[in-house]
Amino acid sequence: MTVPSGAARTARRVNTAALPRWVVAAAVVGAVFVVLPLAAMTLRIDWPRFVPLVTSEGARAALLLSLRTSVSATILCVLFGVPLALVLARTSFPGRRLVRSLVLLPLVLPPVVGGIALLYTFGRRGLIGSGLASLGVDVAFSTTAVVLAQAFVALPFLVLSLEGALRTIGTRYEAVGATLGAGRWTVLRRITLPLVLPALVSGAVLSFARALGEFGATLTFAGSLQGTTRTLPLEIYLQRETDPDAAVALSLVLVVVAVVVVGVAHRVRPLGSLDPRRTASPTTPPAAPGRAH
Amino acid sequence: MIVARLASGVRSHGRDARRVRPGRTPGWQRRAAPTAVACAMLLLTGCGGARDATGTGGSAAADGAAIDGSITVFAAASLTGTFTDLARRFEDGHPGAEVRLTFAGSSDLVTQIIEGAPADVFASADTRTMQQVSDEGLLAGTAVDFATNTLQLAVPPDNPAGISSLADAARPGVKTVVCAEQVPCGVAAAAVTGAEGVDLDPVSEESSVTDVLGKVTSGEADAGLVYGTDVRAAGGSVLGIDLAEAGAGVTTYPITALAESPEGATAQAFVDFVTGPEGRAVLTAAGFGAP
Repeated sequence: MTVPSGAARTARRVNTAALPRWVVAAAVVGAVFVVLPLAAMTLRIDWPRFVPLVTSEGARAALLLSLRTSVSATILCVLFGVPLALVLARTSFPGRRLVRSLVLLPLVLPPVVGGIALLYTFGRRGLIGSGLASLGVDVAFSTTAVVLAQAFVALPFLVLSLEGALRTIGTRYEAVGATLGAGRWTVLRRITLPLVLPALVSGAVLSFARALGEFGATLTFAGSLQGTTRTLPLEIYLQRETDPDAAVALSLVLVVVAVVVVGVAHRVRPLGSLDPRRTASPTTPPAAPGRAH
Repeated sequence: MIVARLASGVRSHGRDARRVRPGRTPGWQRRAAPTAVACAMLLLTGCGGARDATGTGGSAAADGAAIDGSITVFAAASLTGTFTDLARRFEDGHPGAEVRLTFAGSSDLVTQIIEGAPADVFASADTRTMQQVSDEGLLAGTAVDFATNTLQLAVPPDNPAGISSLADAARPGVKTVVCAEQVPCGVAAAAVTGAEGVDLDPVSEESSVTDVLGKVTSGEADAGLVYGTDVRAAGGSVLGIDLAEAGAGVTTYPITALAESPEGATAQAFVDFVTGPEGRAVLTAAGFGAP
Protein backbone atom coordinates (compact mmCIF):
# COMPACT_ATOMS: atom_id res chain seq x y z
CA MET A 1 0.00 0.00 0.00
CA THR A 2 2.99 2.34 0.48
CA VAL A 3 4.00 2.44 -3.15
CA PRO A 4 6.24 5.46 -3.80
CA SER A 5 4.79 7.87 -6.29
CA GLY A 6 7.84 7.46 -8.53
CA ALA A 7 7.03 3.78 -9.06
CA ALA A 8 4.81 4.51 -12.02
CA ARG A 9 7.62 6.24 -13.88
CA THR A 10 10.11 3.40 -13.42
CA ALA A 11 7.58 0.59 -13.92
CA ARG A 12 8.94 -0.22 -17.39
CA ARG A 13 12.26 -1.33 -15.92
CA VAL A 14 12.55 -4.94 -14.80
CA ASN A 15 12.37 -4.81 -11.05
CA THR A 16 11.37 -7.85 -9.03
CA ALA A 17 13.31 -7.05 -5.86
CA ALA A 18 10.13 -6.42 -3.93
CA LEU A 19 9.13 -10.09 -4.06
CA PRO A 20 10.71 -13.37 -2.94
CA ARG A 21 12.28 -15.05 -5.96
CA TRP A 22 10.08 -18.14 -5.76
CA VAL A 23 6.99 -15.97 -6.09
CA VAL A 24 8.33 -14.64 -9.37
CA ALA A 25 9.28 -18.16 -10.51
CA ALA A 26 5.83 -19.49 -9.65
CA ALA A 27 4.28 -16.54 -11.46
CA VAL A 28 6.27 -17.42 -14.57
CA VAL A 29 5.06 -21.03 -14.37
CA GLY A 30 1.51 -19.77 -13.96
CA ALA A 31 1.76 -17.49 -16.98
CA VAL A 32 3.34 -20.22 -19.13
CA PHE A 33 0.62 -22.63 -18.01
CA VAL A 34 -2.02 -20.32 -19.47
CA VAL A 35 -0.18 -19.17 -22.58
CA LEU A 36 1.47 -22.43 -23.66
CA PRO A 37 -1.73 -24.29 -24.63
CA LEU A 38 -2.82 -21.32 -26.73
CA ALA A 39 0.57 -21.27 -28.44
CA ALA A 40 0.40 -25.04 -28.98
CA MET A 41 -2.99 -24.62 -30.64
CA THR A 42 -1.71 -21.86 -32.88
CA LEU A 43 1.16 -24.11 -34.00
CA ARG A 44 -1.35 -26.68 -35.27
CA ILE A 45 -3.14 -24.23 -37.54
CA ASP A 46 -3.31 -25.19 -41.19
CA TRP A 47 -2.38 -21.73 -42.48
CA PRO A 48 -2.93 -22.33 -46.23
CA ARG A 49 -6.51 -23.36 -45.45
CA PHE A 50 -7.02 -20.82 -42.66
CA VAL A 51 -8.91 -18.16 -44.60
CA PRO A 52 -11.24 -20.59 -46.43
CA LEU A 53 -11.90 -22.40 -43.15
CA VAL A 54 -12.86 -19.32 -41.13
CA THR A 55 -14.91 -17.79 -43.95
CA SER A 56 -16.98 -20.89 -44.73
CA GLU A 57 -20.74 -20.41 -44.66
CA GLY A 58 -21.09 -22.28 -41.37
CA ALA A 59 -18.27 -20.31 -39.75
CA ARG A 60 -19.62 -16.93 -40.84
CA ALA A 61 -23.14 -17.79 -39.70
CA ALA A 62 -21.77 -18.93 -36.33
CA LEU A 63 -19.60 -15.84 -35.83
CA LEU A 64 -22.41 -13.44 -36.76
CA LEU A 65 -24.85 -15.28 -34.50
CA SER A 66 -22.33 -15.24 -31.65
CA LEU A 67 -21.73 -11.50 -31.98
CA ARG A 68 -25.46 -10.76 -32.25
CA THR A 69 -26.46 -12.87 -29.27
CA SER A 70 -23.53 -11.72 -27.13
CA VAL A 71 -24.43 -8.06 -27.70
CA SER A 72 -28.05 -8.80 -26.80
CA ALA A 73 -26.99 -10.71 -23.69
CA THR A 74 -24.70 -7.84 -22.65
CA ILE A 75 -27.56 -5.35 -23.01
CA LEU A 76 -29.72 -7.60 -20.82
CA CYS A 77 -26.89 -7.81 -18.29
CA VAL A 78 -26.55 -4.01 -18.13
CA LEU A 79 -30.33 -3.48 -17.91
CA PHE A 80 -30.71 -5.83 -14.97
CA GLY A 81 -27.18 -6.07 -13.58
CA VAL A 82 -26.72 -2.36 -12.84
CA PRO A 83 -29.87 -2.13 -10.66
CA LEU A 84 -28.90 -5.42 -9.03
CA ALA A 85 -25.40 -4.17 -8.17
CA LEU A 86 -26.84 -0.88 -6.87
CA VAL A 87 -29.31 -2.68 -4.63
CA LEU A 88 -26.66 -5.05 -3.33
CA ALA A 89 -24.14 -2.27 -2.65
CA ARG A 90 -26.40 0.52 -1.39
CA THR A 91 -29.30 -1.04 0.48
CA SER A 92 -29.70 -3.34 3.42
CA PHE A 93 -32.42 -5.89 3.88
CA PRO A 94 -32.66 -9.28 5.49
CA GLY A 95 -31.14 -11.94 3.28
CA ARG A 96 -29.06 -9.50 1.22
CA ARG A 97 -25.92 -11.63 1.59
CA LEU A 98 -27.85 -14.71 0.59
CA VAL A 99 -29.23 -12.96 -2.50
CA ARG A 100 -25.72 -11.82 -3.35
CA SER A 101 -24.32 -15.37 -3.12
CA LEU A 102 -27.18 -16.78 -5.18
CA VAL A 103 -26.80 -14.15 -7.91
CA LEU A 104 -23.11 -14.95 -8.23
CA LEU A 105 -23.79 -18.71 -8.39
CA PRO A 106 -23.57 -18.97 -12.22
CA LEU A 107 -19.87 -18.07 -11.84
CA VAL A 108 -19.12 -21.41 -10.20
CA LEU A 109 -21.92 -23.51 -11.63
CA PRO A 110 -20.94 -25.88 -14.45
CA PRO A 111 -22.63 -24.38 -17.54
CA VAL A 112 -24.42 -27.66 -18.25
CA VAL A 113 -26.11 -27.34 -14.86
CA GLY A 114 -27.10 -23.80 -15.81
CA GLY A 115 -28.54 -25.16 -19.05
CA ILE A 116 -30.59 -27.77 -17.21
CA ALA A 117 -31.83 -25.13 -14.75
CA LEU A 118 -32.83 -22.84 -17.62
CA LEU A 119 -34.57 -25.76 -19.32
CA TYR A 120 -36.68 -26.37 -16.23
CA THR A 121 -37.52 -22.67 -16.10
CA PHE A 122 -38.04 -21.54 -19.69
CA GLY A 123 -38.45 -24.94 -21.39
CA ARG A 124 -41.77 -26.04 -22.82
CA ARG A 125 -42.59 -27.89 -19.61
CA GLY A 126 -40.71 -25.47 -17.38
CA LEU A 127 -41.84 -23.28 -14.52
CA ILE A 128 -42.40 -20.19 -16.68
CA GLY A 129 -42.01 -21.81 -20.10
CA SER A 130 -45.30 -23.71 -19.90
CA GLY A 131 -47.13 -20.45 -19.23
CA LEU A 132 -45.27 -18.70 -22.03
CA ALA A 133 -46.08 -21.57 -24.39
CA SER A 134 -49.80 -21.15 -23.73
CA LEU A 135 -49.38 -17.46 -24.62
CA GLY A 136 -47.82 -18.53 -27.90
CA VAL A 137 -44.26 -17.60 -26.91
CA ASP A 138 -41.93 -20.50 -27.62
CA VAL A 139 -38.40 -20.10 -26.33
CA ALA A 140 -37.22 -23.65 -27.12
CA PHE A 141 -34.68 -23.93 -29.95
CA SER A 142 -34.81 -20.17 -30.65
CA THR A 143 -32.14 -17.50 -30.70
CA THR A 144 -33.86 -16.09 -27.60
CA ALA A 145 -32.86 -19.25 -25.76
CA VAL A 146 -29.21 -18.62 -26.70
CA VAL A 147 -29.40 -15.04 -25.38
CA LEU A 148 -31.00 -16.23 -22.13
CA ALA A 149 -28.28 -18.84 -21.62
CA GLN A 150 -25.55 -16.28 -22.27
CA ALA A 151 -27.10 -13.62 -20.03
CA PHE A 152 -27.48 -16.19 -17.26
CA VAL A 153 -23.78 -17.01 -17.17
CA ALA A 154 -22.56 -13.45 -17.91
CA LEU A 155 -24.65 -11.44 -15.43
CA PRO A 156 -22.48 -12.19 -12.36
CA PHE A 157 -19.42 -10.68 -14.07
CA LEU A 158 -21.14 -7.32 -14.41
CA VAL A 159 -22.69 -7.41 -10.95
CA LEU A 160 -19.44 -8.42 -9.30
CA SER A 161 -17.30 -5.77 -10.94
CA LEU A 162 -19.85 -2.99 -10.47
CA GLU A 163 -20.70 -3.85 -6.86
CA GLY A 164 -17.01 -3.86 -5.96
CA ALA A 165 -16.57 -0.42 -7.51
CA LEU A 166 -19.66 0.95 -5.74
CA ARG A 167 -18.36 -0.24 -2.38
CA THR A 168 -14.90 1.17 -3.08
CA ILE A 169 -16.05 4.69 -3.92
CA GLY A 170 -18.21 4.79 -0.82
CA THR A 171 -21.24 7.01 -0.27
CA ARG A 172 -19.49 10.27 0.64
CA TYR A 173 -20.14 12.15 -2.60
CA GLU A 174 -23.66 10.79 -2.74
CA ALA A 175 -24.30 12.05 0.81
CA VAL A 176 -22.91 15.48 -0.05
CA GLY A 177 -25.08 15.64 -3.16
CA ALA A 178 -28.14 14.72 -1.12
CA THR A 179 -27.45 17.43 1.47
CA LEU A 180 -27.24 19.94 -1.39
CA GLY A 181 -30.76 19.01 -2.37
CA ALA A 182 -30.24 16.45 -5.11
CA GLY A 183 -33.00 13.85 -5.37
CA ARG A 184 -32.30 10.11 -5.47
CA TRP A 185 -32.49 9.95 -9.25
CA THR A 186 -30.21 12.98 -9.64
CA VAL A 187 -27.67 11.50 -7.21
CA LEU A 188 -27.71 8.22 -9.13
CA ARG A 189 -27.49 9.87 -12.54
CA ARG A 190 -25.06 12.71 -11.79
CA ILE A 191 -22.83 11.22 -9.06
CA THR A 192 -22.97 7.46 -8.63
CA LEU A 193 -23.08 6.26 -12.24
CA PRO A 194 -20.38 8.64 -13.56
CA LEU A 195 -18.08 7.52 -10.72
CA VAL A 196 -18.50 3.82 -11.51
CA LEU A 197 -18.64 4.22 -15.29
CA PRO A 198 -15.19 2.66 -15.89
CA ALA A 199 -16.17 -0.36 -13.82
CA LEU A 200 -19.48 -0.55 -15.64
CA VAL A 201 -17.72 -0.56 -19.01
CA SER A 202 -15.17 -3.18 -18.00
CA GLY A 203 -17.89 -5.29 -16.39
CA ALA A 204 -19.97 -5.08 -19.56
CA VAL A 205 -16.99 -6.04 -21.71
CA LEU A 206 -16.25 -9.05 -19.50
CA SER A 207 -19.91 -10.07 -19.66
CA PHE A 208 -19.72 -9.83 -23.43
CA ALA A 209 -16.60 -12.01 -23.44
CA ARG A 210 -18.24 -14.59 -21.21
CA ALA A 211 -21.36 -14.61 -23.40
CA LEU A 212 -19.20 -15.09 -26.49
CA GLY A 213 -17.55 -18.16 -24.98
CA GLU A 214 -20.79 -19.68 -23.63
CA PHE A 215 -21.10 -23.32 -24.63
CA GLY A 216 -22.56 -25.74 -22.11
CA ALA A 217 -25.77 -23.93 -21.22
CA THR A 218 -26.46 -23.15 -24.88
CA LEU A 219 -25.92 -26.76 -25.94
CA THR A 220 -28.18 -28.08 -23.19
CA PHE A 221 -30.88 -25.45 -23.39
CA ALA A 222 -31.01 -24.00 -26.91
CA GLY A 223 -29.88 -26.76 -29.25
CA SER A 224 -27.69 -26.36 -32.30
CA LEU A 225 -28.95 -25.17 -35.69
CA GLN A 226 -26.93 -23.12 -38.15
CA GLY A 227 -27.88 -19.44 -38.11
CA THR A 228 -30.38 -19.88 -35.26
CA THR A 229 -28.71 -21.41 -32.23
CA ARG A 230 -25.30 -22.68 -33.37
CA THR A 231 -22.91 -20.12 -31.94
CA LEU A 232 -19.17 -20.15 -32.61
CA PRO A 233 -18.26 -22.43 -29.68
CA LEU A 234 -20.92 -24.94 -30.79
CA GLU A 235 -19.66 -24.74 -34.38
CA ILE A 236 -16.12 -25.46 -33.14
CA TYR A 237 -17.39 -28.44 -31.14
CA LEU A 238 -19.21 -29.82 -34.18
CA GLN A 239 -16.45 -29.17 -36.73
CA ARG A 240 -14.02 -31.06 -34.51
CA GLU A 241 -15.99 -34.23 -35.30
CA THR A 242 -14.98 -34.23 -38.95
CA ASP A 243 -12.48 -31.45 -39.56
CA PRO A 244 -10.16 -30.72 -36.62
CA ASP A 245 -8.33 -28.15 -38.77
CA ALA A 246 -11.51 -26.11 -39.10
CA ALA A 247 -12.12 -26.38 -35.36
CA VAL A 248 -8.61 -25.12 -34.59
CA ALA A 249 -8.90 -22.25 -37.08
CA LEU A 250 -12.23 -21.15 -35.59
CA SER A 251 -10.78 -21.50 -32.10
CA LEU A 252 -8.09 -19.00 -33.05
CA VAL A 253 -10.77 -16.57 -34.24
CA LEU A 254 -12.49 -16.90 -30.87
CA VAL A 255 -9.18 -16.45 -29.01
CA VAL A 256 -8.39 -13.31 -31.00
CA VAL A 257 -11.82 -11.83 -30.28
CA ALA A 258 -11.39 -12.70 -26.60
CA VAL A 259 -7.91 -11.14 -26.45
CA VAL A 260 -9.22 -7.92 -28.02
CA VAL A 261 -12.16 -7.83 -25.60
CA VAL A 262 -10.06 -8.47 -22.50
CA GLY A 263 -7.51 -5.92 -23.73
CA VAL A 264 -10.24 -3.30 -24.07
CA ALA A 265 -11.57 -4.11 -20.61
CA HIS A 266 -8.18 -3.68 -18.98
CA ARG A 267 -7.41 -0.50 -20.88
CA VAL A 268 -10.51 1.05 -19.37
CA ARG A 269 -9.60 0.11 -15.79
CA PRO A 270 -8.39 -2.87 -13.84
CA LEU A 271 -11.36 -5.04 -12.95
CA GLY A 272 -13.43 -3.62 -10.09
CA SER A 273 -10.60 -1.68 -8.48
CA LEU A 274 -11.09 2.03 -8.38
CA ASP A 275 -8.35 3.96 -6.68
CA PRO A 276 -9.86 4.95 -3.34
CA ARG A 277 -7.44 7.88 -2.97
CA ARG A 278 -8.92 9.52 -6.03
CA THR A 279 -12.57 9.25 -5.14
CA ALA A 280 -12.98 9.08 -1.39
CA SER A 281 -11.01 9.91 1.68
CA PRO A 282 -9.70 6.94 3.65
CA THR A 283 -11.69 8.02 6.69
CA THR A 284 -14.99 7.49 4.92
CA PRO A 285 -16.62 4.28 6.05
CA PRO A 286 -16.95 1.99 3.03
CA ALA A 287 -20.71 1.76 3.09
CA ALA A 288 -23.21 3.61 5.22
CA PRO A 289 -26.61 2.48 4.03
CA GLY A 290 -29.32 5.07 4.28
CA ARG A 291 -27.02 8.08 4.62
CA ALA A 292 -27.60 9.10 1.05
CA HIS A 293 -31.24 9.77 1.67
CA MET B 1 14.11 -30.40 -12.99
CA ILE B 2 13.36 -26.74 -12.73
CA VAL B 3 9.94 -27.56 -11.48
CA ALA B 4 11.23 -29.98 -8.86
CA ARG B 5 13.64 -27.38 -7.59
CA LEU B 6 10.86 -24.84 -7.53
CA ALA B 7 8.70 -27.10 -5.39
CA SER B 8 11.48 -27.76 -2.90
CA GLY B 9 12.20 -24.05 -2.85
CA VAL B 10 8.66 -23.41 -1.74
CA ARG B 11 9.00 -25.86 1.11
CA SER B 12 12.30 -24.45 2.33
CA HIS B 13 10.84 -20.97 2.38
CA GLY B 14 8.02 -22.32 4.46
CA ARG B 15 10.51 -23.73 6.96
CA ASP B 16 12.44 -20.45 7.10
CA ALA B 17 9.29 -18.57 7.89
CA ARG B 18 8.38 -20.96 10.66
CA ARG B 19 11.83 -20.60 12.17
CA VAL B 20 11.49 -16.84 12.21
CA ARG B 21 8.02 -16.87 13.68
CA PRO B 22 7.68 -20.12 15.57
CA GLY B 23 4.32 -19.25 17.08
CA ARG B 24 2.46 -18.97 13.79
CA THR B 25 2.02 -21.18 10.81
CA PRO B 26 0.17 -19.02 8.34
CA GLY B 27 -2.42 -20.91 6.31
CA TRP B 28 -1.00 -19.79 2.99
CA GLN B 29 2.25 -21.58 3.66
CA ARG B 30 0.52 -24.83 4.42
CA ARG B 31 -1.44 -24.46 1.23
CA ALA B 32 1.37 -23.21 -0.98
CA ALA B 33 3.60 -26.29 -0.90
CA PRO B 34 0.95 -28.84 -1.96
CA THR B 35 -0.22 -26.48 -4.69
CA ALA B 36 3.29 -26.12 -6.07
CA VAL B 37 3.82 -29.87 -5.95
CA ALA B 38 0.51 -30.41 -7.75
CA CYS B 39 1.57 -27.94 -10.43
CA ALA B 40 4.89 -29.70 -10.76
CA MET B 41 3.22 -33.09 -11.18
CA LEU B 42 0.89 -31.63 -13.77
CA LEU B 43 3.83 -30.32 -15.74
CA LEU B 44 5.85 -33.50 -15.45
CA THR B 45 3.01 -35.72 -16.63
CA GLY B 46 2.16 -33.24 -19.36
CA CYS B 47 5.66 -33.05 -20.78
CA GLY B 48 6.48 -36.71 -21.36
CA GLY B 49 4.23 -38.06 -24.11
CA ALA B 50 2.17 -40.86 -22.66
CA ARG B 51 2.93 -42.86 -25.76
CA ASP B 52 6.65 -42.72 -25.02
CA ALA B 53 6.04 -43.88 -21.48
CA THR B 54 4.02 -46.92 -22.45
CA GLY B 55 5.57 -47.60 -25.83
CA THR B 56 7.03 -51.04 -25.45
CA GLY B 57 5.85 -51.39 -29.01
CA GLY B 58 4.59 -54.15 -31.20
CA SER B 59 1.82 -56.65 -30.71
CA ALA B 60 2.47 -58.47 -27.49
CA ALA B 61 -0.43 -60.84 -28.10
CA ALA B 62 1.87 -63.80 -28.22
CA ASP B 63 0.41 -67.22 -27.47
CA GLY B 64 0.68 -68.25 -23.87
CA ALA B 65 1.09 -64.72 -22.51
CA ALA B 66 -0.64 -64.24 -19.17
CA ILE B 67 -4.05 -62.55 -19.15
CA ASP B 68 -3.51 -60.12 -16.32
CA GLY B 69 -2.48 -56.56 -15.65
CA SER B 70 -4.50 -53.43 -16.14
CA ILE B 71 -5.88 -52.39 -19.52
CA THR B 72 -7.64 -49.18 -20.50
CA VAL B 73 -10.58 -49.52 -22.87
CA PHE B 74 -11.73 -46.49 -24.85
CA ALA B 75 -15.31 -47.11 -25.90
CA ALA B 76 -18.01 -45.10 -27.65
CA ALA B 77 -20.53 -43.44 -25.34
CA SER B 78 -23.37 -45.61 -26.63
CA LEU B 79 -21.53 -48.67 -25.26
CA THR B 80 -21.51 -47.39 -21.67
CA GLY B 81 -24.00 -49.88 -20.27
CA THR B 82 -22.84 -52.97 -22.17
CA PHE B 83 -19.11 -52.41 -21.75
CA THR B 84 -19.42 -51.73 -18.02
CA ASP B 85 -21.16 -55.10 -17.77
CA LEU B 86 -18.67 -56.84 -20.11
CA ALA B 87 -15.65 -55.45 -18.23
CA ARG B 88 -17.00 -56.83 -14.95
CA ARG B 89 -17.60 -60.25 -16.52
CA PHE B 90 -14.11 -60.23 -18.08
CA GLU B 91 -12.51 -59.42 -14.72
CA ASP B 92 -14.52 -62.23 -13.11
CA GLY B 93 -13.17 -64.66 -15.70
CA HIS B 94 -9.58 -63.41 -15.43
CA PRO B 95 -8.54 -62.75 -11.83
CA GLY B 96 -5.55 -60.44 -11.93
CA ALA B 97 -6.86 -58.51 -14.91
CA GLU B 98 -8.28 -55.05 -14.45
CA VAL B 99 -10.30 -53.18 -17.07
CA ARG B 100 -10.48 -49.42 -16.84
CA LEU B 101 -13.16 -47.85 -19.01
CA THR B 102 -13.30 -44.46 -20.69
CA PHE B 103 -16.48 -43.50 -22.51
CA ALA B 104 -16.81 -40.55 -24.88
CA GLY B 105 -17.87 -39.70 -28.40
CA SER B 106 -15.91 -41.78 -30.91
CA SER B 107 -14.22 -38.77 -32.49
CA ASP B 108 -13.15 -37.48 -29.05
CA LEU B 109 -11.57 -40.83 -28.33
CA VAL B 110 -9.80 -40.92 -31.70
CA THR B 111 -8.32 -37.48 -31.09
CA GLN B 112 -7.06 -38.60 -27.69
CA ILE B 113 -5.59 -41.85 -29.04
CA ILE B 114 -3.81 -40.07 -31.89
CA GLU B 115 -2.46 -37.49 -29.41
CA GLY B 116 -0.96 -40.30 -27.36
CA ALA B 117 -3.51 -41.23 -24.72
CA PRO B 118 -2.58 -44.60 -23.15
CA ALA B 119 -5.38 -46.82 -24.47
CA ASP B 120 -5.11 -50.60 -24.95
CA VAL B 121 -8.44 -51.27 -26.65
CA PHE B 122 -10.60 -49.03 -28.80
CA ALA B 123 -14.28 -49.73 -29.52
CA SER B 124 -15.78 -47.19 -31.89
CA ALA B 125 -19.36 -46.47 -32.91
CA ASP B 126 -18.22 -45.74 -36.41
CA THR B 127 -16.01 -47.37 -39.03
CA ARG B 128 -14.82 -43.94 -40.21
CA THR B 129 -13.22 -43.02 -36.87
CA MET B 130 -11.63 -46.47 -36.69
CA GLN B 131 -10.13 -45.83 -40.14
CA GLN B 132 -8.47 -42.66 -38.77
CA VAL B 133 -6.74 -44.70 -36.05
CA SER B 134 -5.77 -47.30 -38.63
CA ASP B 135 -4.34 -44.60 -40.93
CA GLU B 136 -2.06 -43.51 -38.08
CA GLY B 137 -0.75 -47.08 -37.87
CA LEU B 138 -1.94 -47.53 -34.30
CA LEU B 139 -3.90 -50.81 -34.66
CA ALA B 140 -2.41 -54.02 -33.24
CA GLY B 141 -4.05 -56.01 -36.04
CA THR B 142 -7.20 -55.32 -37.97
CA ALA B 143 -10.40 -54.00 -36.43
CA VAL B 144 -13.29 -56.46 -36.04
CA ASP B 145 -16.94 -55.43 -36.41
CA PHE B 146 -18.76 -56.65 -33.32
CA ALA B 147 -22.17 -54.95 -33.27
CA THR B 148 -24.62 -52.88 -35.24
CA ASN B 149 -27.19 -50.32 -34.22
CA THR B 150 -30.21 -48.91 -36.01
CA LEU B 151 -32.23 -45.77 -35.49
CA GLN B 152 -35.61 -45.39 -33.89
CA LEU B 153 -37.80 -42.35 -33.56
CA ALA B 154 -37.96 -41.42 -29.88
CA VAL B 155 -40.95 -39.44 -28.61
CA PRO B 156 -41.91 -38.31 -25.09
CA PRO B 157 -44.07 -40.92 -23.28
CA ASP B 158 -47.24 -38.84 -23.73
CA ASN B 159 -46.37 -38.23 -27.41
CA PRO B 160 -47.86 -34.69 -27.47
CA ALA B 161 -47.53 -34.32 -31.24
CA GLY B 162 -49.20 -37.67 -31.92
CA ILE B 163 -46.31 -39.07 -33.92
CA SER B 164 -46.39 -42.58 -35.33
CA SER B 165 -44.00 -42.38 -38.27
CA LEU B 166 -41.09 -40.43 -39.69
CA ALA B 167 -43.53 -38.58 -41.98
CA ASP B 168 -45.37 -37.31 -38.88
CA ALA B 169 -42.10 -35.96 -37.51
CA ALA B 170 -41.68 -33.93 -40.71
CA ARG B 171 -45.05 -32.18 -40.34
CA PRO B 172 -44.83 -28.39 -39.98
CA GLY B 173 -44.88 -27.28 -36.35
CA VAL B 174 -43.49 -30.57 -35.05
CA LYS B 175 -40.19 -30.03 -33.25
CA THR B 176 -37.87 -32.77 -34.40
CA VAL B 177 -34.23 -33.06 -33.32
CA VAL B 178 -31.54 -35.08 -35.10
CA CYS B 179 -27.77 -35.53 -34.96
CA ALA B 180 -25.68 -33.28 -37.19
CA GLU B 181 -24.25 -35.00 -40.27
CA GLN B 182 -20.75 -34.62 -38.83
CA VAL B 183 -21.44 -37.40 -36.32
CA PRO B 184 -22.28 -41.07 -37.04
CA CYS B 185 -25.90 -40.92 -35.84
CA GLY B 186 -26.43 -37.95 -38.18
CA VAL B 187 -25.06 -39.92 -41.12
CA ALA B 188 -27.48 -42.73 -40.28
CA ALA B 189 -30.35 -40.24 -39.89
CA ALA B 190 -29.68 -38.75 -43.32
CA ALA B 191 -29.60 -42.23 -44.87
CA VAL B 192 -32.90 -43.27 -43.26
CA THR B 193 -34.79 -40.05 -44.06
CA GLY B 194 -33.46 -40.27 -47.62
CA ALA B 195 -34.61 -43.88 -47.96
CA GLU B 196 -38.07 -43.01 -46.64
CA GLY B 197 -38.29 -40.00 -48.93
CA VAL B 198 -39.02 -37.73 -45.95
CA ASP B 199 -37.72 -34.19 -45.87
CA LEU B 200 -37.14 -33.42 -42.17
CA ASP B 201 -36.82 -29.81 -41.08
CA PRO B 202 -35.17 -30.28 -37.69
CA VAL B 203 -35.20 -27.53 -35.04
CA SER B 204 -31.76 -28.64 -33.88
CA GLU B 205 -28.85 -30.72 -35.18
CA GLU B 206 -27.01 -31.94 -32.12
CA SER B 207 -23.40 -33.08 -31.80
CA SER B 208 -24.25 -36.29 -30.00
CA VAL B 209 -27.08 -38.76 -29.76
CA THR B 210 -27.17 -38.15 -26.00
CA ASP B 211 -28.09 -34.52 -26.62
CA VAL B 212 -30.87 -35.57 -29.00
CA LEU B 213 -32.24 -37.98 -26.41
CA GLY B 214 -32.02 -35.27 -23.71
CA LYS B 215 -34.14 -32.90 -25.78
CA VAL B 216 -36.82 -35.61 -26.10
CA THR B 217 -36.79 -36.80 -22.48
CA SER B 218 -37.10 -33.19 -21.26
CA GLY B 219 -40.10 -32.69 -23.53
CA GLU B 220 -38.45 -29.80 -25.41
CA ALA B 221 -38.66 -31.74 -28.67
CA ASP B 222 -41.61 -33.71 -30.00
CA ALA B 223 -39.41 -36.33 -31.62
CA GLY B 224 -35.76 -37.26 -32.06
CA LEU B 225 -33.85 -39.76 -34.16
CA VAL B 226 -31.72 -41.87 -31.81
CA TYR B 227 -30.37 -45.39 -31.67
CA GLY B 228 -32.64 -48.23 -30.66
CA THR B 229 -30.26 -49.06 -27.82
CA ASP B 230 -30.65 -45.50 -26.47
CA VAL B 231 -34.43 -45.89 -26.37
CA ARG B 232 -34.08 -49.19 -24.54
CA ALA B 233 -31.56 -47.74 -22.07
CA ALA B 234 -33.79 -44.71 -21.43
CA GLY B 235 -36.43 -47.01 -19.94
CA GLY B 236 -39.86 -45.45 -19.80
CA SER B 237 -38.72 -41.86 -20.28
CA VAL B 238 -39.19 -42.08 -24.07
CA LEU B 239 -41.21 -44.22 -26.46
CA GLY B 240 -39.46 -45.78 -29.44
CA ILE B 241 -41.15 -45.91 -32.83
CA ASP B 242 -39.73 -48.33 -35.40
CA LEU B 243 -38.77 -46.88 -38.75
CA ALA B 244 -39.72 -48.60 -41.99
CA GLU B 245 -36.31 -47.95 -43.56
CA ALA B 246 -34.15 -48.24 -40.45
CA GLY B 247 -31.99 -50.73 -42.33
CA ALA B 248 -30.81 -47.97 -44.66
CA GLY B 249 -28.75 -46.36 -41.88
CA VAL B 250 -27.05 -49.16 -40.00
CA THR B 251 -24.18 -48.05 -37.77
CA THR B 252 -21.40 -50.61 -37.41
CA TYR B 253 -19.21 -50.85 -34.28
CA PRO B 254 -15.60 -52.02 -34.76
CA ILE B 255 -13.22 -52.99 -31.96
CA THR B 256 -9.46 -53.48 -31.88
CA ALA B 257 -6.44 -53.82 -29.63
CA LEU B 258 -3.99 -50.96 -30.07
CA ALA B 259 -0.41 -51.47 -31.23
CA GLU B 260 1.28 -49.59 -28.41
CA SER B 261 -0.44 -51.42 -25.58
CA PRO B 262 2.05 -52.78 -23.02
CA GLU B 263 -0.58 -55.40 -22.09
CA GLY B 264 -1.15 -56.67 -25.62
CA ALA B 265 -2.21 -60.19 -24.59
CA THR B 266 -4.83 -58.92 -22.14
CA ALA B 267 -6.04 -56.32 -24.62
CA GLN B 268 -6.49 -58.97 -27.34
CA ALA B 269 -8.21 -61.28 -24.82
CA PHE B 270 -10.73 -58.55 -24.06
CA VAL B 271 -11.37 -57.99 -27.77
CA ASP B 272 -11.91 -61.75 -28.21
CA PHE B 273 -14.26 -61.75 -25.21
CA VAL B 274 -16.40 -58.92 -26.64
CA THR B 275 -16.58 -60.54 -30.08
CA GLY B 276 -17.18 -64.00 -28.54
CA PRO B 277 -20.45 -65.64 -27.48
CA GLU B 278 -20.71 -63.96 -24.06
CA GLY B 279 -20.13 -60.53 -25.55
CA ARG B 280 -22.68 -61.28 -28.26
CA ALA B 281 -25.29 -62.22 -25.61
CA VAL B 282 -24.77 -59.03 -23.57
CA LEU B 283 -24.89 -56.84 -26.68
CA THR B 284 -28.01 -58.54 -28.01
CA ALA B 285 -29.76 -58.09 -24.66
CA ALA B 286 -29.03 -54.36 -24.90
CA GLY B 287 -30.56 -54.15 -28.37
CA PHE B 288 -27.45 -54.24 -30.55
CA GLY B 289 -27.59 -56.23 -33.79
CA ALA B 290 -25.05 -58.77 -35.03
CA PRO B 291 -22.55 -57.43 -37.56
